[in-house]
Amino acid sequence: MQITITVNGAEVTRDVEPRLLLVHFIRDHLGLTGTHWGCDTSQCGTCVLWLDGQPVKSCTVLAAMADGHEVRTVEDLEVDGRLDPVQQGFMEEHGLQCGFCTPGMMMTTRWLLDHDPDPDEATIREAISGQLCRCTGYENIVRAVRWAAEHPAVDQPEQEVEA
Amino acid sequence: MTSTEHAPPTTSPAGNPIGFGRMLRKEDARFLRGQGHYLDDLVLPGMLHAAILRSPVAHARITSIDTTEAEAHPKVKAVITGATLESLNLAWMPTLSADVQAVLATDKVRFQGQEVAMVIAEDKYSARDALELIDVDYDVLPAVVDAHKALDPDAPVIRDDVEGRTDNHIFDWESGDAARTDEVFDKADVVVEQKMLYPRVHPAPMETCGSIASMDRVTGKLTVWSTTQAPHAHRTVYALVAGIPEHNIQIISPDIGGGFGNKVGIYPGYVLAVVGSIVTGKPVKWVEDRSENLMSTSFARDYHMHGGIAATRDGKILGLRVDVLADHGAFNGTAQPTKFPAGFFHIFTGSYDLEAAHCKVTGVYTNKAPGGVAYACSFRITEAVYLVERMVDVLADELGIDPAELRMKNLLRPEQFPYTSMTGWEYDSGDYPRALQLALEMAGYDELRREQREKRERGELMGIGVSFFTEGVGAGPRKHMDILGLGMADGCELRVHPTGKAQLRLSVQTQGQGHETTFAQIVSQELGLPPEDIDVIHGDTDNTPFGLGTYGSRSTPVSGAAAAVVAQRIRDKARVITAAALECSPDDLEWEQGRWFVKGDRTQGKTIQEVAMLSHGTLELPEGVEGHLDASVVYDPPNLTYPFGAYICVVDVDPGTGQVDVRRFVAVDDCGPRVNPMIVEGQVHGGLADGVGMALMQLIAFDEEGNCLGSSFMDYLLPTALECPKWETGETVTPSPHHPLGLKGIGESATVGSPAAVVNAVIDALEPFGVRHADMPLTPANVWMAMQGRPMRTDLAVR
Ligand code: FES
Ligand code: FES
Repeated sequence: MQITITVNGAEVTRDVEPRLLLVHFIRDHLGLTGTHWGCDTSQCGTCVLWLDGQPVKSCTVLAAMADGHEVRTVEDLEVDGRLDPVQQGFMEEHGLQCGFCTPGMMMTTRWLLDHDPDPDEATIREAISGQLCRCTGYENIVRAVRWAAEHPAVDQPEQEVEA
Repeated sequence: MTSTEHAPPTTSPAGNPIGFGRMLRKEDARFLRGQGHYLDDLVLPGMLHAAILRSPVAHARITSIDTTEAEAHPKVKAVITGATLESLNLAWMPTLSADVQAVLATDKVRFQGQEVAMVIAEDKYSARDALELIDVDYDVLPAVVDAHKALDPDAPVIRDDVEGRTDNHIFDWESGDAARTDEVFDKADVVVEQKMLYPRVHPAPMETCGSIASMDRVTGKLTVWSTTQAPHAHRTVYALVAGIPEHNIQIISPDIGGGFGNKVGIYPGYVLAVVGSIVTGKPVKWVEDRSENLMSTSFARDYHMHGGIAATRDGKILGLRVDVLADHGAFNGTAQPTKFPAGFFHIFTGSYDLEAAHCKVTGVYTNKAPGGVAYACSFRITEAVYLVERMVDVLADELGIDPAELRMKNLLRPEQFPYTSMTGWEYDSGDYPRALQLALEMAGYDELRREQREKRERGELMGIGVSFFTEGVGAGPRKHMDILGLGMADGCELRVHPTGKAQLRLSVQTQGQGHETTFAQIVSQELGLPPEDIDVIHGDTDNTPFGLGTYGSRSTPVSGAAAAVVAQRIRDKARVITAAALECSPDDLEWEQGRWFVKGDRTQGKTIQEVAMLSHGTLELPEGVEGHLDASVVYDPPNLTYPFGAYICVVDVDPGTGQVDVRRFVAVDDCGPRVNPMIVEGQVHGGLADGVGMALMQLIAFDEEGNCLGSSFMDYLLPTALECPKWETGETVTPSPHHPLGLKGIGESATVGSPAAVVNAVIDALEPFGVRHADMPLTPANVWMAMQGRPMRTDLAVR
């Protein structure tokens, strides 16, 4: 079947099997391999991306269900060579080690900060509790999110500030 | 940090420290942008996809396999069975413990999830579809699931592939002095015994295992991209298994999404990808799914231990002994030095000054996945530390002495180092009381005990758990330690290019530990080059020197030493070249960070960058000095390094549900000087989460038929951000006397040391119920049962 999805702002149209998972569509058909896959049961959260502005586990969505919708992946966080404060925060606070959970964690974090710019530790832990990290013990992810919350200015591209 | 005394701290043009210090990681740039290259991200032209059919039962004879329908699938390129492999003499492969393991089952399946057939198809969905079309008839046999019954005379024999084998016994191994230990126990005022299980767990890195094999039919060159922590060892094994000349094999380990020991071994899927590429003439990718990962790749632990501890009435520990039944699964596939079938378990006397100790370990086959040494255990030191730290708490309970006080009384004293343990380990350095004292202060131990007393009066269950551990990491030396005959020493090469930018080639392979940063900092420390000017190359056997790889926390102690030594060689050479350029004697020169200068005249000198150009230029070099600024080394560690630490865990237990909440966790680690404190702390955090996970939730159990009960993340529970507290870390610094920079390993310290702290805390919380021990994982159900006086056996679900 033919589907059209807006991925990171650009429309893509492809012929796919109806059973194709969105995570495989993004990775294998579009080559956007920043979104990862890590489990069979929708538990790990390495596949988290945004569907119509909401973080979702893309292993739990069929590509066909995203037809006509908007997807945003980790590759879209950096704008014009400037890292999103969330990316910067993960780097500053050593919020990643192997980096496998990181794209999913960052997509959730970006959404959290868009809706709650100053989350406390408990809120952050709750927000990422559907996602697993085997390397960091989460503490530095929490710190990374706080760093991003405390440095929102880095995020404002100048045009936006003016507008 | 002792080794920075000779030079004032400076920063590089990019703002990084020259040498040791907090530095943001170089590798983050790609990971943050979703531009890492993990195995499943790689796509080769014409690549095919493999999927593996696995046994649904734990023990059965295969009576027939019909692949006709699968082969007829329009997108299927090949179906491979044990019979195919038998004809190529590839049906069995060596394990890392000199046993053999079936690549694809030919006669019997011996654990649920064992590899039975492989399909190669044009895409991964079709490959999986075709698995459904393969028809296998199994004649089901009784399974050996309970390790305690594996040696019963009437137990089914699992390994009847071995001529003449009539039982499931693998090995008996002992260490220490049994007679002396008996004497000590006989004369002791107090002897306490405790049985305990360190249950089977799985490392479960977020990225599962996988491989892409590409055999070039023209050149005969085999290239394998693989999730491996030990690419060079893998190359040798492929050469031995497949008979491909070793110079025609290249193993590339791309970015690895976590390893923790899961990616040390060679799995049937890796070998099958190679076979698939040979058969089809195309690159073949195989990536396991999560269930395959949990059911078939290296598990860890599964040690059934019966410990005994002897002491005087006033709390001087005299002796320790333990009998272990080690469940190794269906094939003995543990990855550990050959001489040590029980790994380094015999370091079980831990951090204490004893008179005698003895351990005996019996390994048995069961109908479970093979493995045993995986998951950040430092070759079973995690089991050893758990044993001794639980036994000390059991003793504290018996004697009515505070567990922190009992430890303080028995810890080795600083003046006893280097210390040779009752089982022959030579601990290099340590100041144990200082670390424990710091942990007690950080935790506010006395205040916590006061709080606990008050809470107990109100019927609230609060527990405080202490553990102290001694790790032993950085295997070899090569004369004592090898894997499959390959001595545990590691090569390292450093090239400084004419413009003073350098490339360091390592045999070890990062899985998230930050080698690209840490090793650049080590070279920077020794040469004064900015770390951003040092590129670290690893994970490619064609482009790096031979070495045994990254596991058992050996990268910093072994390859970190190699990097320091190779940099020192360059520095020495730079001295000779500087002398030639300045027309003086090398003896007249003095080193300061990044520069040789004439003693007494700082204006006369050459920076390492200037020397790099001179060494490649036309300067006439002294007799016997070659041009260029390159060096290589093979580092054979003289001993392990012995990091240590003191951990304190505080829990609250819900008396109604048995739910454990880890409220605080204080971790004081001593791993010598820290190259990059940020990275070291991150390593500790990850290990602490592992400890909480294993103590409270992670478990691979089986039912009576041998069905794996932890085969997905729905059943194999891993800690999330909600179960983990905010870690409180501290440090003391006791350099290793034999490592060139005093460094010790850190990767597994927290995984080794923390489970006992959590369990000790929970048992402490349950004191009002008279509970002395309950096995991990301390799930709410298990805790609740313990409160009722009926602790559960956790490894088996028996009706
Ligand atoms: S892949 Fe694990 S939740 Fe999607
Ligand atoms: S950084 Fe490795 S899983 Fe999170």
